[in-house]
Amino acid sequence: MAKLHVTTTVNGEPLEFLCEPYETMLDALRNQLALTGSKEGCASGDCGACSITLDDRLVCSCLMLAAEAEGHEIRTIEGMARGGRLHPLQEKFLEQAALQCGICTSGMLVASEALLRKNPNPSEEEVRFWLAGNLCRCTGYDKIVRAVLETAEEIREAAQ
Amino acid sequence: MTDIRYVAPQTLDEAVGAYAAAGSAARILAGGTDLLVQMRSGAVKPGLIVDIKKIRELTAVEELSGGGFRIGAAVPGAVLAEHPRFRQTWPGVLEAVNLIGSTQVQGRASAGGNLCNASPAGDSVPAMIAAGAVVTVQGPEGRRELKVEDVPAAPGRTNLKPGEILVSFTLPPRPPGSADAYLRMIPRTEMDIAVVGCGVSLTLKDGVCAHARVGLGAVAPTALLVEPAAQALIGSRLDDAALNAAANACRAACRPIDDKRGTIAYRTQIAGVLLKRTANIAAERAQGK
Amino acid sequence: MNVVNNKWIGQRTIRPDGVDKVTGRAAFAADTAMPGMIWGKVLRSPHPHARIRSIDTSKAEALPGVKAVVTSRDVVDFPLDKSVMLGIQDMRWMCRNVMARDKALFPGHPVAAVAATTEAIAAKACELIEVDYEVLPFSIEIEDAIEPDAPILHEFNTFQGKPSNIVGTLEHKKGDIEDGFKQADVIIERSFTTRPVHQGYIEPHACLISVAADGKTTIWSSSQGQFMVRAMTAYLTGIPQSDIRAIPAEIGGGFGGKTIVYLEPLATLLAKKSGRPVKMVMTREEVMRATGPTSGSKSTVKIGAKKDGTIVAAQGTFYLQAGALPGSPIRGAAGCSFAPYDIANVLSVGYDVCSNRSKVAAYRAPGAPIGAYAVECVLDELAEALKMDPLEFRLKNAAKQGTKAAHGPVFPRIGYIETLEAAKNSAHYSAPLRRLQGRGVASGFWFNAGGESSAQVNITEDGNVVVTTGHPDIGGSRAGIANICAELLGIDYRRVSVIIGDTQTVGFSNLTGGSRVLFASAMVVTQATEKVINTLRERAAKIWEIDPEAVKWENGAAHPASPNAGQFEPLTLEDLADKAPMQGGPIGAGVQLNTQGAEGGFGTHICDVEVDIELGIARVIRYTAVQDVGRAVHPGYVEGQLQGGVAQGIGWALNEEYIYRSDGKVDNPGFLDYRMPVCSDLPMIDTILVEVPNPKHPQGVKGVGEVPLVPVMAAVANAIYRAVGKRFYALPMSPPKVLAGLEPPVQQAAE
Repeated sequence: MAKLHVTTTVNGEPLEFLCEPYETMLDALRNQLALTGSKEGCASGDCGACSITLDDRLVCSCLMLAAEAEGHEIRTIEGMARGGRLHPLQEKFLEQAALQCGICTSGMLVASEALLRKNPNPSEEEVRFWLAGNLCRCTGYDKIVRAVLETAEEIREAAQ
Repeated sequence: MTDIRYVAPQTLDEAVGAYAAAGSAARILAGGTDLLVQMRSGAVKPGLIVDIKKIRELTAVEELSGGGFRIGAAVPGAVLAEHPRFRQTWPGVLEAVNLIGSTQVQGRASAGGNLCNASPAGDSVPAMIAAGAVVTVQGPEGRRELKVEDVPAAPGRTNLKPGEILVSFTLPPRPPGSADAYLRMIPRTEMDIAVVGCGVSLTLKDGVCAHARVGLGAVAPTALLVEPAAQALIGSRLDDAALNAAANACRAACRPIDDKRGTIAYRTQIAGVLLKRTANIAAERAQGK
Repeated sequence: MNVVNNKWIGQRTIRPDGVDKVTGRAAFAADTAMPGMIWGKVLRSPHPHARIRSIDTSKAEALPGVKAVVTSRDVVDFPLDKSVMLGIQDMRWMCRNVMARDKALFPGHPVAAVAATTEAIAAKACELIEVDYEVLPFSIEIEDAIEPDAPILHEFNTFQGKPSNIVGTLEHKKGDIEDGFKQADVIIERSFTTRPVHQGYIEPHACLISVAADGKTTIWSSSQGQFMVRAMTAYLTGIPQSDIRAIPAEIGGGFGGKTIVYLEPLATLLAKKSGRPVKMVMTREEVMRATGPTSGSKSTVKIGAKKDGTIVAAQGTFYLQAGALPGSPIRGAAGCSFAPYDIANVLSVGYDVCSNRSKVAAYRAPGAPIGAYAVECVLDELAEALKMDPLEFRLKNAAKQGTKAAHGPVFPRIGYIETLEAAKNSAHYSAPLRRLQGRGVASGFWFNAGGESSAQVNITEDGNVVVTTGHPDIGGSRAGIANICAELLGIDYRRVSVIIGDTQTVGFSNLTGGSRVLFASAMVVTQATEKVINTLRERAAKIWEIDPEAVKWENGAAHPASPNAGQFEPLTLEDLADKAPMQGGPIGAGVQLNTQGAEGGFGTHICDVEVDIELGIARVIRYTAVQDVGRAVHPGYVEGQLQGGVAQGIGWALNEEYIYRSDGKVDNPGFLDYRMPVCSDLPMIDTILVEVPNPKHPQGVKGVGEVPLVPVMAAVANAIYRAVGKRFYALPMSPPKVLAGLEPPVQQAAE
């Protein structure tokens, strides 16, 4: 049984790692790269706590083999704050109390950031359906949805 | 899970060679949104994983001369949604493909995987059946084509021969006045497996239904082409009588099971309700509303 | 003297652990590793009920990479004839729940555990363990378990002189129920069923444990109480508590479900045997199969009222499924259901019923939502029969100061009436509805708890503050604590760091449960902070050479209390911290209390639904939760408690349920088919915070976490009735059931 050698980019940094052929990207992130911000809630793609982007596209890292990262760009929650500055979504989640236990928060933020990149002016309904794959059991989603909508508005205003 | 290999060939011939050589223990990896779940639960223990996403033909969306489309088997739903013209031509197929899983799953899951997973409840399958889509498969003995409705054999099983890989879907050109739609019933608004899924594709000429196809999912061991339902619509103005007849034809076609997702009575009843709603949406689209 | 200007209490400050949680930096249970760490896995019973004749672990032990195997022989036994209570848990049942002894009692019941160098090897080793089972007949549902010839789970238990699965009863009685019903003009009696539902925390149970050669044990795990983890692990492994350092990881949701242990004793035993740190992480399927949901139930409620709307008698009978071992929350069902009402004659009885499913664990106001669902639905029918507005009907009968509740206490000043009035006056309650939409209301009560808490407040050498408490923060309690401490000290809240201590660094603190954390923490933190302030005043007095009584603390500095005391420049917290080494040493104070005075909480909810009568789908389209919260120390997290409780209740009402196959196994052990509400299922959830301060608390705090789940299912059920004219008496009101209930005549009538 030979491990696979993977050359990839994670949060802008080129890196290499070894993985089992059956190992998921989530396990590689957590167990090999010490990036434990992505969480395992279900390992079946139903909770979104492991959300990352693969070449800027939102995916569940539990539903991706680590070997598939070869030659691609991965971004995780750990790459969201740049140079010690929080992303506006991170700031807004804190201001709005849009997290309680925090286990879904990484995935929520990664998914929300992907949404705002694609659609800077989402409706409440668009936010809700985009985030339908991110389970939160604490908040009832109210403050999360508000935080995303308000961040979008602030980003749009700042761009004008 | 200890003796497992992963390959990501660049060509279809290489992929077919590796897949055929590995025999029944091999699995194709497109989006992986079913395969990885099955591996994790222990339901599937592949000896070889053949990742087909590095093969151009399997990841391309092409517009064909004459107005048809060819969709690579591994094209993720999110990529299909971004195609500039597919949405206008096949809105029902697109909404069905885009109902497979969450946004995250959409980033990976493909219509090809959905079909080959052979779940009776796969969302894209009834819409593809209604669309009259044909698949191209390639195996050790060459290429062949099958109608989508002929691909699933039973829950979890397809009519693909050993070593055959699903290459692409071909959707036919659309005459004027054509449109399609797909609806499914799920208890929540998202993230569920269809309890019933219904795809309708039709062509209206002067308000009269000139052509129709109806696909039903999750009401039988495989997704169904319901020809009597289509016949009930063809020639009508989609009036209540025609819709009721088509709905009853859908109910008559149902051979569902009682399970954790729905009952026989519920599924049968809902199949007719969805037919009416889906046909109405398709008709509105065909009329440019 | 301490001058407080309410600068921080009631403010939406940034939580102390916030940045860690939005950047992925926070360490939850499964996020850590130790050098030399190996992986543990549990072998679980495939049978719902089976006698374990023997277990042969030799092949597993011989597998290369396997470092330890444990079975029930390794777990400390607690004989059946003597109860050993730890909080609400009896160690007799806990020792049998973490590892089956003579019998496996549910599918998923642990029978052995393995530690190996990789997860894959540990899983393989589990397959190599040979268990000789004598398969026994089983029952899952209450009605099956209480049949005279039902298979008995616990032969030692008798009820009415015969072996029985009824393992406990509880009765609350007030007045004369027979007499009460005689006075009634209208009596409504209905029976209800609810299904078991899971707490649904997103973080699976996990731990990482190392045991040194001298027995010193370090537990890293997420739970609702590191002291509970320590005590239970000590009981079940025989290691003294003084040798166990239980470190609370950040907890990814609990809702009551993490008030007991599953993995920690097993990982400790594996670590001890192997000499290696052992990590164990449950899969989602294990969580669903083997950790606590709350009970399924069967209830009958009968309520009688006079024509003028006065409720004269109320009777409730509540059968709750305990699962494999005794301990269903009958106290919540029987005790809370009638508590919002001033009723002269009450009889409320609960039955605790064992059956072959996983042992229940606490879930947000355990038992109370089950009882309230039945009672609040019957009240809706009564109001209708009496042609009264359902809120007016509740107002007429509302409990208030001086009302004696059937479960015992006489209420002090409570805010239930205020919640009803706020609901009645809300814009929501009078908003128009469209066709096939309906509006329901319901109320709820939860006891709330006080109990033991400890806190240490230390002034750092640079004049800032570290507060250490002993309760895992499950929803923002650290933010509330920071607000209170900053308020008392008169400093910016960002200068207060709030830490959850481990079992060996902070004094005993009871569970995060019973909606007690901010209530109790605020008490001990307030007292500790006041001690610190006294020290600061004494230090200033010493420097100024005046009496400490002549020093006041205001805006983060010592000041002369009046011009008479003398003219001195204020001494700030930084100044006094700087001078501390010369003035008597470090500044800090610890307080430990068994806190008292946690008064019960009340809420009233308004729910609008819209029903698709062709598909049987009910969707909640508008929701308002009104609650007497005492004092909202951090309104954002108080609202969050209400919103989260409502979301869970909507799930319970509409789609969540354990579904069983005929072989007794759970058929939907994952998020896909368990169907918790997703973001697109819910509307915004409005909240109205009524603040009737708790007179027995320094900041007026009442527990808020549990009440918001209590009224929800009844509010949804009542709304569905108003939308379609059909009442549903069984949860969940899922589409197939709703459609079946809406026979064509009902559908036509609704149109």
